[in-house]
Parts: sequence; structure tokens; C-alpha cells
Amino acid sequence: MVERIKMPELPVERRLKSFDEVALGYSEEMARVEASRCLQCKNPPCVKACPLNVNIPAFIRHVREGNYEKAAEIIRSSNCLPVITGRVCPYERQCESACTLGKKGEPVSINALERFISDWELSRGFCIPAKIPEKTKGKKVAIVGSGPAGISAAERLALEGYEVSIFEALHMPGGVPLYGIPEFKLPKDVLLKGLKFLDELDVEILTNVVIGRTLTLNDLLSDGYDAIFLAIGANYPLSLGIPGENLCGVYFASEFLMRINLMRAYKFPHESDTPISVYGHVVVVGGGDVAIDVARCAVRLGADSVTILYRRTEKEMPARKVEVRRAREEGVHFSFLSQPIEFIGDENGRVKAIKCIKMELGPPDETGRRRPIPIPGSEFIVDADTVIVAIGQTVNPLALRGFPHIKLSKKGTIVVDPETLETTYSGIFAGGDAVTGSSTVAMAMSTGRKAAHFIIRHLSR
Amino acid sequence: MESYMLRWGEMPFKIISKKKLAEKIKMIEIEAPLVARSAMPGQFVIIRVDQRGERIPLTIVDWNPSRGTITLVFREIGLTTMKLGRRRVGEEILDVVGPLGNPSQVLNYDRVCMIGEGVRISSLYPRLKYLKKCGSHTVVIAYAKSGDEIIMEDEISRLSDEYYVVTSDGTRGFKGTAAITLHNLLKESKMKVEVVLAVGSPLMLRSIAAVTKRYQIRTIADLSPIMLDGLGMCGCCRVIVGNEVKFACIDGPEFDAHLVDYDNLISRMKMYRSEEQLSLKIHMGG
Ligand SMILES: Cc1cc2nc3c(=O)[nH]c(=O)nc-3n(C[C@H](O)[C@H](O)[C@H](O)COP(=O)(O)OP(=O)(O)OC[C@H]3O[C@@H](n4cnc5c(N)ncnc54)[C@H](O)[C@@H]3O)c2cc1C
Ligand SMILES: Cc1cc2nc3c(=O)[nH]c(=O)nc-3n(C[C@H](O)[C@H](O)[C@H](O)COP(=O)(O)OP(=O)(O)OC[C@H]3O[C@@H](n4cnc5c(N)ncnc54)[C@H](O)[C@@H]3O)c2cc1C
Ligand code: SF4
Ligand code: SF4
Ligand code: FES
Repeated sequence: MVERIKMPELPVERRLKSFDEVALGYSEEMARVEASRCLQCKNPPCVKACPLNVNIPAFIRHVREGNYEKAAEIIRSSNCLPVITGRVCPYERQCESACTLGKKGEPVSINALERFISDWELSRGFCIPAKIPEKTKGKKVAIVGSGPAGISAAERLALEGYEVSIFEALHMPGGVPLYGIPEFKLPKDVLLKGLKFLDELDVEILTNVVIGRTLTLNDLLSDGYDAIFLAIGANYPLSLGIPGENLCGVYFASEFLMRINLMRAYKFPHESDTPISVYGHVVVVGGGDVAIDVARCAVRLGADSVTILYRRTEKEMPARKVEVRRAREEGVHFSFLSQPIEFIGDENGRVKAIKCIKMELGPPDETGRRRPIPIPGSEFIVDADTVIVAIGQTVNPLALRGFPHIKLSKKGTIVVDPETLETTYSGIFAGGDAVTGSSTVAMAMSTGRKAAHFIIRHLSR
Repeated sequence: MESYMLRWGEMPFKIISKKKLAEKIKMIEIEAPLVARSAMPGQFVIIRVDQRGERIPLTIVDWNPSRGTITLVFREIGLTTMKLGRRRVGEEILDVVGPLGNPSQVLNYDRVCMIGEGVRISSLYPRLKYLKKCGSHTVVIAYAKSGDEIIMEDEISRLSDEYYVVTSDGTRGFKGTAAITLHNLLKESKMKVEVVLAVGSPLMLRSIAAVTKRYQIRTIADLSPIMLDGLGMCGCCRVIVGNEVKFACIDGPEFDAHLVDYDNLISRMKMYRSEEQLSLKIHMGG
């Protein structure tokens, strides 16, 4: 049988100093060969494992036959952002995890084929020409947040003839894929080109509007929006709550990534005015995808060494294997079973070292992973000139200021009816990370589509 | 409202008027209708001058909802403020977002003393205007290195019941520091106030806080840490207040002056000193 075609990658030595994309994408020939591996299952399990239920066998069949336009159309009918998902989906946990071929050997590289099609679309200057829908419904929907959840809801609603405005607090649209996910995984010009279809659908994107400050939800309601979709993400950084976290040189991952991705601080000072201060021994705290992204950025910014501190072992690490492998190739070190307990500063208030404690694994916790327990007396010191804390985010409820009708859970996420995604205020819906907590692009998009469906139902009553 | 809305990529933020207030201190009026509609005293905007530009916070000094404009006053100290200072009337800047931060905590008081340092004297103006409308008694101490940096004198003195000028070189008003002046006013019991608000460098804020602590007067410090998004998403603006970490952009920018960790604030504000000087040198040759 034909073996799974490997994704070509930028050679390691070219990755170390540049933010160029690492995964290079399939050539046409590679795509055709890979597509031929698909068994075209009658009852395809891969489709159910994709949060967006993309009709995978159908689009792959068209790739095999060289009918790319048709393939693109099929993907687009369930996924308006293949430009993002085709690059960043944790496919080994989503579609490809269920692929029949994967039972005995390697699954079909669905993700790479999706990317191939989206690249093909973009290379023609545009994604599938959308029929410009007429705003026949005479109703307006406001969407708060221009991340994957907000965009996919906007697309559905616009196609159905609703007037849609997306309000975005930052100066550019895209959400975390824009300001969080690094350039070497998702180039920003590719992402922005992939958002062009919104123009075509006549969805207006209003940047620099902070809901809760510039306008409140009440303003939107009284300005005649018939429904609101809250897609504000989970973007409030969590802290370790240990001494020294405010020292200079200690970053939260969100600030670090925002400087690099949104503000392009890696081009400072010649092409960007936003500085970043990364040097010497860099230590990243955390074990998820964000920690890996941050570590790989630090390598590219010229750190002497980059070490990830994680409190459990590699086995429990939630980060994706591919990305861990790439990080290792780029020289990132790992220090497992280590937990920081204090950041130590120099006389100028800049971090110089981290006091850590060794951990051992106890019985499993509620997530099923073995719980790390500190070993008394095992404290040790790690030198660090720059530290980046990447231990997660929670919802930033700024949008709800002045509007107490919407309930939040204990964890801070927005409470919704699980069936309809309506919040505790009629006509206001919520989805994406704001409801689920940190998840994935495809998951966030699927809640956006679902919300659009129930918003339409709400508006047609 | 609909007509105020601007789509992504449009450059609506046009400079309507511009004035030099002192050497390197400029006042500009910019079109930003949505901000003008909802601004409150004590709030700020974040601006970005051009595509490669940094996001920097500036206090909203005045606003006019019917003209749809806001007024900013800034000192040209680095690359971004210099770029802003070079923009001419009729030209536009790329992004203005706000109003950000919480409205000032002094707005409900009857007897208020406010202290501003240098360019930040301008930040007192919106609070003063509001307090005057409410009929509060207002005391202002305008402090600067030298007399020509005492800005917006007419507007501010007109709204103050008591107005004091202090300069460190003695070229105008009292010679000395704002803290010494405040101390003298309080010592001679000339001044009866319920609350003191100060805006300026952390060094000044710290010495003001030390004075008012002795007299047990509630004191509010308007802090200016480095900011990035101004939305509570990055954590860059975090400050330590009463041993707790707060985000100045969404929890502040005003905090209890007696609880702020000034050493930490000072060191964090200097974090990019060498980078800032480098970019200034490359782009402005200075
Ligand atoms: C560093 C990082 C790397 C990741 N990598 C991957 C990956 O490789 N693959 C993957 O599938 N997932 C990844 N994720 C997760 C994924 O990005 C998120 O699950 C997804 O972006 C959530 O989409 P969303 O639309 O719910 O929210 P977001 O993408 O967070 O978008 C929310 C938007 O709302 C805006 N907003 C918030 N409050 C307001 C307000 N008050 N007014 C106006 N606008 C507001 C925000 O500015 C933002 O643009 C990663 C996450 C991070 C942080
Ligand atoms: C809430 C708030 C309100 C402010 N209001 C005013 C005002 O009304 N008028 C005024 O002149 N200044 C104000 N400032 C300070 C102003 O933001 C800085 O002077 C400006 O960012 C300097 O940028 P630069 O590129 O010109 O100088 P740089 O050379 O980059 O910096 C000079 C100094 O300014 C500070 N600074 C730099 N970048 C930032 C940033 N992104 N955010 C905050 N501080 C920064 C640092 O301490 C730095 O050392 C305010 C700051 C805050 C936080
Ligand atoms: S499960 Fe695998 S082999 Fe079957 S249709 Fe899906 S991709 Fe093809
Ligand atoms: S959207 Fe993601 S999960 Fe779904 S098919 Fe595409 S790559 Fe797989
Ligand atoms: S500036 Fe980013 S959290 Fe305050």
C-alpha cells in the first residue's frame, strides 16, 4: 500500500532565524497520491470526528480526480476558514483520529489535503466566488469578536440574507489565529487573504470597537440589532500567583505572542516599532500548545537557550506531538516534573533565576492524568534571563460591562443553553472559547455555525 | 450612530486641529465619534499612528460628542509620540480605540485636590470640568520642572477654586516639589480636602502618597504602566497594589496611592529603555 505522504518542512537551519512557515504544504502530485489512499468509506468515521463534519471522502475524491474547484466548494460548505484549519487543526485528535486507515497503519493526511485545497484557492487570488447574498431578511445581527467562532457565524448569517456587523476590539480581525498563533504556523498574510470572503459577503468588520467600553450590549440592542452573538474568546491570562511574577522579563504568553504576532515585534526596530525583550536563558512554564509556540518563537528571537518547565512528564503533556518534535529539532529543551515556586530578580528588578521544586506523580486527577505532587526539600534554582508563563487563559468579561443579565459559570465562562447556545438573556447567544474555555479553531467554528442556526430560528419566530 | 461606524482599514481618525502648548508638548483634536460619545473623565484611548506603529495609551483630555472629536495632549519623548507630533492638520492616524480604563474615582467627591506633573497636568482637565459642573470645591497643584511647562493654565485655573503652581527650578510659583507644596498646604491647615488625586511620574506619586499617608487622606494615583492592548488580554500593564496583581487597563488606571508598589512600577516602565532609544536613533536620527 502507498505510504502516507509526509508534509515537507523547512530545514531546521532555516527555521532558527526566521519566522517563515515551517510546514510547506503538498505539491499537486503529493496531494493526488495522498488522496488516492482514501478508502472512500461508505459510513466515514472521519466526518464524525471533524468538529465541522466536513465531507472528507467527497472532497478527497475530487482532489484525486484533479477537480479542485469542486473539492473547495465541498470544504467551504461546512468550513469557511480552511485557510486556518488546514494549517492548525490538531488533526490527530480530530478527523484523522478516526480514519479507518489509521487502525492498521497511518491515517489519510486529511489536514494536509484540506490545506492543499485552500492554498490552491488562494493562489487563484480568491476563495470560491460567493454569490453575493441579498439582505432579504431585513434583520441585523451583531457579532462581538472576530475570531473563528464569530467569523463562521457571520458567514452563515450573511448567506441567509441577514445584515451582519462584527465588532472587534483590536485593530485587526482574526482573533487568536491572528494575534496568538505564530507566523511560522499560520502566516498572517495568508490568514488575512482567507478573510476576504467576508467582504464579498458584505459582512462589515468594525475594528477598534470595544464592546463594554466603546459601546455596550445595551447600545447594540437599542441601536436596532435583533440578535447578538458573543464570540469573545478566552483571552484573560492566568497567572501562577507566585512571588516575583511582576519582575521585568517575566511575560505572560499572551503578551509575548501579541507583541510578536499582532505587533510584529520580531521585525523591531527596522519594520516594526513594538519592542520585545528576549535574551539569554529563556524559560517557558507550561506544557500545552501555547508553551510550545512561545518556546519556538523564543528560539527565533535569538535566545541562548530555551527550556520548557512542565510539572508532569512528557506523557501527560497536552501539547501536540508534531509540534513537540519540531520544537526539539529547533533546540528547545524540556525539564519535566518541575514547578516554579518563585521568580528571583536582580537589583534592577529584572528576573535572573527561578526557584523550582521537583514533583512526583500521584494518583490520577479529574482529567485522568496523574496529579503532580511536590517533593519536600527538593527545591532547586534555574538561571533565567527571560521567563514566559504559558499556563492558560480564561474569559475576559469586559464585553458584559454594564449588562448584568448574562450569567457566568464559576470558571468564568458564559453560561448558555447547551442546545441553542442562547445565554440567560433572550436574543443574545454565545459560542467559541467564551463558552467552552480554551479549545480549538474547528470546535469554536462549529459552535459559531450552531449559534447562527439558532439565531436564525430565533429571528424567524 | 450607524454613520459613525467605520470598517476595518478605513482611516477615519483625522486631525482637526493642532496646537503647541510648550516645547515638545502638543495638543491635537482628532475625529473619533464613537469615543467622543461615551468618554468619561479619567479614561484613555490607545492609538496607533501607522501600519508599523506601536500601540500607545493617551488620556482623553477633552471631547465633543456633537463634533465627534476628542482632544489629546502629549509630550514627544519617543518614536511614537514624535511621529504623532509630526502629523499635520487634515492628516489621519490609523487607529484610535477607546474609551478605555475606568472613569475617575474622584468624580463623586465634594472637596478634591488634584496634582499633575508636566504634560500630565492636562489629564486633570476633564476631571476638573466634571467636578466643577457638580459644584465641588477643587484645588489644583500644577507641577513641572520649569515654568514654561505649566500647560493649559487658563483653562485649568479658571476651573479651580485654588490653583498653585510649583516648579523645581523656581521659574514660576513655588520652588520645590509637588509633595512639599502639598505638605505645606496641609500643615498650615489651609486646605481641607476629602481626597487627593495625582498623575505623573511614579517618583512624584510615591512622594505624594507618603505625605497624604501622614495626614490620612484618601489618595488616588493615576498610573501609567506600559500597555499593549488596553483590553485586559495581555497582562503587560500589571501593577502590584496591596500585594495583589492588578491590570491597570481594566482594573485602573487609578488605584489607592498608599498601596501601590512603586519600585515595581518604575522598573517595569523602564523595561524597554534600550530598545526605545535604539528605534529613536534609527528612525529620528536623534
Ligand atoms: C497561542 C495559541 C495557539 C493556539 N493554537 C491552536 C492550534 O494550533 N490549533 C487550534 O485548533 N487551536 C489553537 N488554539 C486555540 C484556538 O485559537 C481557539 O480555540 C480559537 O481561536 C477560539 O476562537 P473564538 O472565536 O472563540 O475566540 P478568539 O479567537 O479568542 O477570538 C475572540 C475575539 O474577540 C475579541 N474580543 C474580546 N472581547 C471583546 C470585546 N469586549 N469587544 C470586541 N471584541 C472583543 C478579541 O479581540 C478576539 O479577536 C490556540 C490558542 C492559543 C492562545
Ligand atoms: C493610561 C495612560 C495614559 C497616558 N496618558 C498620557 C497623556 O495624556 N499624555 C502623554 O504625554 N503621555 C501619556 N501616557 C504615557 C504615554 O503612553 C507614553 O509617553 C508613550 O507611550 C511613549 O511612547 P513613545 O513611543 O513616544 O516613547 P518611548 O520611547 O517608546 O517610551 C518612553 C517611555 O514611555 C513609556 N511607554 C512606552 N511605550 C509605552 C506603552 N505602549 N504604553 C505605556 N507607556 C509606554 C515607557 O515608560 C517609556 O520608557 C499615558 C500612559 C498611560 C498608561
Ligand atoms: S475514514 Fe479515512 S479512509 Fe475512510 S473516508 Fe475518511 S479519510 Fe477516507
Ligand atoms: S476542519 Fe480540521 S478536523 Fe475537520 S477535516 Fe479539516 S483538518 Fe480535519
Ligand atoms: S494592556 Fe494588556 S492587559 Fe492591560
